[in-house]
Amino acid sequence: MPNRKTPELVCPAGTPAALRAAVDAGADSIYCGFQDETNARNFPGLNFTPEELAAGIGYAHARGARVLVAINTFSRAGAAGTWHGAVDTAAALGADAVILADIGLLDYAATRHPELRRHLSVQAAAANADAIRFYSEAFGVKRVVLPRVLTVSEIAAINREISCETEVFVFGGLCVMAEGRCSLSSYATGKSPNMNGVCSPASHVHYREEGGELVSRLGEFTMDRVPKHHPAPYPTLCKGCFTAGAYRGHVFEDPVSLDAATLIPQLLAAGVSAFKIEGRQRSRSYIRDVVTSFRRAVDAHASGLPIPAGTLQRLSEGQTTTAGAYRKTWR
Amino acid sequence: MSDAPAFPAVPVMLRLFLTPLPLPLLGLVLQRLAESVARRRPQLFARLGAHGGKAFLIDPTDVPFVFRLSPRSDGPTIEPLRRRDQGAWDARIAGPLGALLAMVHGEVDGDALFFSRDIVIEGDTEAVLALRNALDDAELDLLAEAAAVLGPAGDRMESLARRLTPLASRLTGLALTRRDGS
Amino acid sequence: MTSSPGITLGPLLFNWPADRWSDFYARIADEAEVDRVCLGEVVCSKRLPLYIDRIPDAIERLHRAGKQVILSSLALVTLKRERLMCGDLAANGDLEVEVNDLTMLSHLSPGRRFTVGPLVNVYNEGTLAYLAQRGAGRICLPPELPFSSLASLSQAAAQEGVEPEAWVFGRVPLAISGRCYHARVHGLAKDNCQFVCGKDPDGLEVDTLDGEEFLAINGVQTLSHTHCNLIGDLEALMQAGVRSFRMSPHSGDMVAVARLVRQAVDGALDCAAASERLAGLLPQARFSNGYLNGTCGAAFSRAG
Repeated sequence: MPNRKTPELVCPAGTPAALRAAVDAGADSIYCGFQDETNARNFPGLNFTPEELAAGIGYAHARGARVLVAINTFSRAGAAGTWHGAVDTAAALGADAVILADIGLLDYAATRHPELRRHLSVQAAAANADAIRFYSEAFGVKRVVLPRVLTVSEIAAINREISCETEVFVFGGLCVMAEGRCSLSSYATGKSPNMNGVCSPASHVHYREEGGELVSRLGEFTMDRVPKHHPAPYPTLCKGCFTAGAYRGHVFEDPVSLDAATLIPQLLAAGVSAFKIEGRQRSRSYIRDVVTSFRRAVDAHASGLPIPAGTLQRLSEGQTTTAGAYRKTWR
Repeated sequence: MSDAPAFPAVPVMLRLFLTPLPLPLLGLVLQRLAESVARRRPQLFARLGAHGGKAFLIDPTDVPFVFRLSPRSDGPTIEPLRRRDQGAWDARIAGPLGALLAMVHGEVDGDALFFSRDIVIEGDTEAVLALRNALDDAELDLLAEAAAVLGPAGDRMESLARRLTPLASRLTGLALTRRDGS
Repeated sequence: MTSSPGITLGPLLFNWPADRWSDFYARIADEAEVDRVCLGEVVCSKRLPLYIDRIPDAIERLHRAGKQVILSSLALVTLKRERLMCGDLAANGDLEVEVNDLTMLSHLSPGRRFTVGPLVNVYNEGTLAYLAQRGAGRICLPPELPFSSLASLSQAAAQEGVEPEAWVFGRVPLAISGRCYHARVHGLAKDNCQFVCGKDPDGLEVDTLDGEEFLAINGVQTLSHTHCNLIGDLEALMQAGVRSFRMSPHSGDMVAVARLVRQAVDGALDCAAASERLAGLLPQARFSNGYLNGTCGAAFSRAG
């Protein structure tokens, strides 16, 4: 059956070059952030100056794509100006929406820029219809990015009860914790997603070859030891290898990443409006390959064709993928 | 999408040719290239921020020398060194020349190369990330940058080289130019 | 003239047998020098039926002892029965509710007074003001905050008529997930977990492969391995305007811990000395106060 509903494909960009690559590869929307702690991918060498964002918006709009600006950390006490300024700049530059998590910032944006579309970031961890209704009623949120802790049937149940759109992650890094509610990174390094826009930051990462093993450390803690020639995990805290009682292994999550390409039909049937690809920290080559692949998958499904088999494993952490929480057995 | 990229080592013949190469001469050429890139692409150096002041040891493990790069915006330096004389560095990026060139030219994803252990990093991980991200945004094409060093004569050299590149890339297995985009 | 800061005993985060649960709160009611006690299930909705019938007696005994009882809401709400639990809490009109997930707000009529728990992201004045206007009377600030933020937010709280609270004792809740780690490390599915979390009254310790003590798991929750100990910092916190201090229940002698905090808050005992005595009470525990100093949360430095 051709002409099924097509979801919006929301793609990451950490640099202007990646934004152009995403647009050229068929992204409907690109999300990106400023070069500071206001966004949750505040990594070295990444993100946009206001001038670069203006040019990026121009490039995207000229090709029919939208730009969503992520301002999705929690503003620091006494420093709200930085976060307010980011919202003001996004509005002034003609961003199509801002992606926010902090209640104070949502309140500010709703009051000062009522015409600027507001999406609720996954960092707000709104995991049920009541919480989503709170955000849409209180701050006029038009779309909610759902936390990666829900099954497909839970997503369907949520969509039956709410009036705003939902967006779900379909590919990329997988947070095993409810996002925006995790302080593991700052416990080991002092820097956290909520406060600094970084998780397991590179500034605290050290690799060491030791007796034929690659030892990865985060701050003062060993995250993993892998034999030579095995895939090398980045020492993200929740993907580390630890011991707990008699158990030795990946206590929280294996070093895998999410690939929900095969769940596209079910997610659409569950009422999802937009598919999100994670990876603002990845290269333009990654963006090009992943966006191309998902564009093809979404278009194939829309024309009633089967979804091409997954080809993206080599790009993934641990080089293996999972459907994550979308399948209940994950829990 | 293609299969997982494999990075064959630089062919033995090429390696034998490279071994006796006089490093001071190579150094002169690379230094002029680095200075030209700095002039032509200030945004690359702006993106590096404070990490520009650090020393990166670029170690193509299948050629007989390494490069120490210091990408300062006010005067970048690059020097080829014999592996035993590498001296001090803040961060080391090692891997087959093919992998490193493919990364610079945006053919492959740096994280994927790292996950697969095609490249190995040591030392200041944050600086490596900054360099990787800045290079990725710059959409560098080393051939075009080399041509720019030569000025007007470079245009003729570049068009000649571009005609030879597909053959040379096939022979060596190296991504000698940028192939995505324009 | 302001009264002396209060002490809150936070909700028990661990899965204790019902008898132990009842005994614990009976002793808290009779002996602990705390002003408020939070009761209820914050971590896992499957645990609540194990002790729900004990809650009314505990409330009554705590009330008889002159303590305020606050009902704590679940931290991560996804299932239908979990949403109903939130509704039930709100329907219990007499008791104040501790909001641990904003889901709860959709059940509380605007203007009804509530407490905000440490798991809600109150990082700045804007958020604090919004919650105050919505009815928040007391806010336990996130344990991740550095001293400068606690100080700024305490000032903002004073202006908004909100009582600012700080987390000063106990393993720090660091993350919450849809996945149960206790079940995972025991090779069980979450739906058939056999309540293995009940084996670990303070959580199951997680160490690194090099033997460094790191975290503790508690069902779907991840906590710090260290016990947060801000007792040595109480004086500085009071000067910064913090008006209430929260202790989180552990298997050690919580009555004794409460007494130390009370003495330090009242000035009957020097803060540094109280902190030293705490170490004597809990010889197995390692302490941390790194979040307060803006360094890594696991670090510990004596207040100076």
